[in-house]
Amino acid sequence: MSVRWETEGLQTVGIVCLVIMFLKLMHLLGLIDITETDSSDSDLELSTVRHQPEGLEQLQAQTKFTKKELQSLYRGFKNECPSGLVDEETFKTIYSQFFPQGDATTYAHFLFNAFDLDRNGSIRFEDFVIGLSVLLRGSVTEKLNWAFNLYDINKDGYITKEEMLLIMKSIYDMMGRYTYPSVRDEAPSEHVEKFFQKMDRNRDGVVTIEEFIETCQKDENIMNSMQLFENVI
Amino acid sequence: MAAGVATWLPFARAAAVGWLPLAKKTMPKPPVDKKSRNDEILFVNVSGLRFQTWKNTLDRYPDTLLGSSEKEFFYNEDTQEYFFDRDPEMFRHILNFYRTGKLHYPRQECIQAFDEELAFYGIVPDIIGDCCMEEYRDRKKENQERLAEDTEAEMATDTPLPPHSTSRERLWRAFENPHTSTMALVFYYVTGFFIAVSVIANVVETVPCRPPKGSKKDLPCGEKYSLAFFCMDTACVLIFTFEYLMRLFAAPSRCKFMRSVMSVIDVVAIMPYYIGLVMPENEDVSGAFVTLRVFRVFRIFKFSRHSQGLRILGYTLKSCASELGFLLFSLTMAIIIFATVMFYAEKGTKGTNFTSIPASFWYTIVTMTTLGYGDMVPNTIAGKIFGSICSLSGVLVIALPVPVIVSNFSRIYHQNQRADKMRAQQKVRLARIRLAKKGTTNAFLQFKEEVGFQDRDSDSALCLKNRSSFEHQHHHLLHCLEKTTNHEFTDELTFSEMCMTESVGYRTSRSTSISSHQGVSTSCCPRRAKRKAIRLANSTVSVSRGSVQELDTLQVHKTSAGPQSRSSLNARTEDLKLNCEDRDFTAAIISIPTPPANTPDESLPPSPAIPGILRNSRSTSFTHETVKISSL
Repeated sequence: MSVRWETEGLQTVGIVCLVIMFLKLMHLLGLIDITETDSSDSDLELSTVRHQPEGLEQLQAQTKFTKKELQSLYRGFKNECPSGLVDEETFKTIYSQFFPQGDATTYAHFLFNAFDLDRNGSIRFEDFVIGLSVLLRGSVTEKLNWAFNLYDINKDGYITKEEMLLIMKSIYDMMGRYTYPSVRDEAPSEHVEKFFQKMDRNRDGVVTIEEFIETCQKDENIMNSMQLFENVI
Repeated sequence: MAAGVATWLPFARAAAVGWLPLAKKTMPKPPVDKKSRNDEILFVNVSGLRFQTWKNTLDRYPDTLLGSSEKEFFYNEDTQEYFFDRDPEMFRHILNFYRTGKLHYPRQECIQAFDEELAFYGIVPDIIGDCCMEEYRDRKKENQERLAEDTEAEMATDTPLPPHSTSRERLWRAFENPHTSTMALVFYYVTGFFIAVSVIANVVETVPCRPPKGSKKDLPCGEKYSLAFFCMDTACVLIFTFEYLMRLFAAPSRCKFMRSVMSVIDVVAIMPYYIGLVMPENEDVSGAFVTLRVFRVFRIFKFSRHSQGLRILGYTLKSCASELGFLLFSLTMAIIIFATVMFYAEKGTKGTNFTSIPASFWYTIVTMTTLGYGDMVPNTIAGKIFGSICSLSGVLVIALPVPVIVSNFSRIYHQNQRADKMRAQQKVRLARIRLAKKGTTNAFLQFKEEVGFQDRDSDSALCLKNRSSFEHQHHHLLHCLEKTTNHEFTDELTFSEMCMTESVGYRTSRSTSISSHQGVSTSCCPRRAKRKAIRLANSTVSVSRGSVQELDTLQVHKTSAGPQSRSSLNARTEDLKLNCEDRDFTAAIISIPTPPANTPDESLPPSPAIPGILRNSRSTSFTHETVKISSL
C-alpha cells in the first residue's frame, strides 16, 4: 500500500514540477503575466538633479571676487561636481582627504551646514562662492560672524557649552591618534571651558554674537590672524 | 593627490578661518605664492595637432613631463607653443588624464606604443582607471608572454652549438632536437618505428588466428606464434631500454629527468617485460602478470615525443584542469540527484532494474551523456518524467564547460603554430641581419678606400658617393676606433679565408666576369660591382690550400690604361693608387710572420684574432673583399 502511495506521490510531484516549469517558461517568453510587481524597470530612469548658477554679474555683485576669479572658481567647481551641487557625503569625502590622520567627518558636517545657507542639503555654487567671499575678502566683522555661525549649530543665535563641546571634539578628532602630546579625553572640555571663560562676559552659560565679536576684537592674536588667509585664491 | 583635491584646497584653507577664534597658539604665516595666480591657456602642438589647455590643468601632476618644468625643453619661442613630435592620437588620452584625473586605455591602440607614450610623458601606468585596468593588464600580459615565447624560441632550438660542448651535451641536444644532425634524425625515426611495431604487435597478438591442427578452439595469434611475438617484444624493449639509458646518461639534470613525465612513461612501458622475465611461470602469479601486460599499451604515449599535437592536447587538458573539475563536480551532483529520484520512482515496479541507488547511477550517466543503451529503462510515469528531465539537463551540464576547453586548446594550438612559423622565418631573419651588418661593414671599408685616396693623392678625383652625413660620421667613428687600437676592420670572408690558409701558390686565371667589367664608367660605383664579381670568382675557386704561412706575391695589374695610371706592379706596393677607374687586381695575400705593431706606414691590417698573420700592402686593406687569397 505504501509502495503504491510512494509511486503515486512521486507521480504527482513529477506532474506538478512539469506544470510549474511550463508556467515559468510562458512567463519568461512574455505570454503570461504573473501578477507580481516587477519594479526593476523603473530604476533605469536616472533622475539627474542639476543646477545652474546665477549669472556672472549677479555673483559679482553678491561677492567681492573679480570676474576672472569667479570664472576660475567655477571651472574648478564644475570640474569636480558636474551636476553643480555638492551633497553632504561628497563634501565629507573631499574634506577628509585633507586630514588623513584623523576623522574629519564630524567637523565637515558642521562646515557643510555653515556653507549651506538655505539648508537644502546641498551646496550650490552660489553658496560656495558667497562663503568664500566672506572668508577671504570680507571684513573682520563678517568673518567673525561667519565663525559664530559655524559654532552655533542650531542657528539660534547662542552658542551653548554643549554646542561648543561638539565643535571642539570634532576639531580634536581631526588630529587623530598620533599626536604629541597625546590628546587626552579631557582636552576638548578644558578647551571649551577656557573659551567660555574668555567669551562669556555675563556668565550666563551662552555666548551671544555681541559678546563673541567684542571679545575677539579685543584679542590681538585673533585680530592679527584674520588676515592670514586672504591670499588663498 | 588627485586633481579634485587640488581644486578644493583653497576652500579648505579658507574654512580654516573658523578655527581662528579657538586657537590656543598663534597661527603660522601662510606660504607666499610668488607665481602670478592668473591662469593662462597653454598651447601644446603635438605633431601638428594643436591642443590648448589651462596651465593649472597641467600643473595638477607636477611629477610628470607636462606638469613640471621639463616641458620648457620643448618650448618653441617662435610659435609660442610647446611642440612634441609624438603621436597626436595618443596625446588625447594623456591630456584627458590631466583633465579628469583618470587615465583610460584606448582599446584599439597597441599596448607597447601606449606604454612608450606613457613613459615619455612621465605617467605611471598604475593609475589607469578601473574601467580600463583589466583590459590593459590582459593585453600587457599577452604581449609579454608573446615576447617571452619569441625570445625563447630564438634562443632555444636552432641556435648553433656552443663551440666547446662535451659529447654528453651534444647527445642531449641530439635527443631533444632531432633535426640538428642526421644521426639524431635516424634514431628518432627508428624509435618511432619501433614504438609503432610494438603497439601493433600488442594489438595483433590478441586477434584470433586459425587454430593449429588438432584443436577446435580459436587461438589468439599471440599464443600461436608466441616465439615470434616474444622476439619482437624483446627487440622493442631492448631499443627502448637503450634509448632510455642514453637519455639518462645525456640528461643535464638526472633527477629532473627522472621525474619528468616522458621518462615515467618510458619506464612504465618497459617495466612489464622485465618483470615478466623475472617472474616465474606460476599459474597464480600469472594473473597479476596479465595485469602488467596491460601497461604495455602505455608505449603508445611515447609517441608524444614525436607528435606535437599530442603534446598540445596533454597541455590543454592540464591547463583546463579547473574547468574539467567543475564539469566533474556538477555531473556528480546531478547524477546523485537523478539516481535517487529514479530509484524511488521505480521502486514499486516488479522486476525493475533499479535495484539500488548506485545501480541507478549507471542509468543516470548513460542518460545524461545521451548514450541511452537501453539496458535500464523506467516504466512508471514518474520515472519517465524524471528520466526525460535528466537527459535534458545532462546535455546542458556537459555542454557548459566544453567551450572553455575548446578555446584553451585553440589558443595553445595557435601559439604553437606561431612558434613554428617563427622558427621557419628565423633563418631568413638571421640572413637579413647578417646582410645588414655586412652592408655597414662594406660601406665602411669602401669609405676607407676613399679616405686612403685623399691621404695620398690629392689629385685623384674625389669620388664622393651619396652617403648621408650619418654614414660619414659613423665611418669616421669606426676609423677612430681603428686608429686607437691599431687594428683594422676586415670582413667575414677575408677573415675566414685568412684563418684557413695563407698558401696561395697559384693564381687562377681571371674570370671572365671581371674582364667584362672593364669598360665601366669612371664613377666609383663600379668598384663595388667589380668587387662583387671578384668575390663571386673567389668563391668559385676551390679552397685547396695548406695552412702554412707563406709569402705570396701581391700583384696588381692594370688592364685599362686610364689617365691616372699610377699602378705599380711590384710585389709590395704601398703606393697603390686606386682611383675611380676600373682596375683589375690580381692579388694574393702576403702573409708575413711579423708582429702586428709594425710600422704605421705599412699599416698592416692584421685581422683581429690572428696576430701572427699579417697582410702586407695597404692596398689590400682597402680591397679586402677583392683581394682574396687566390689571385684571379
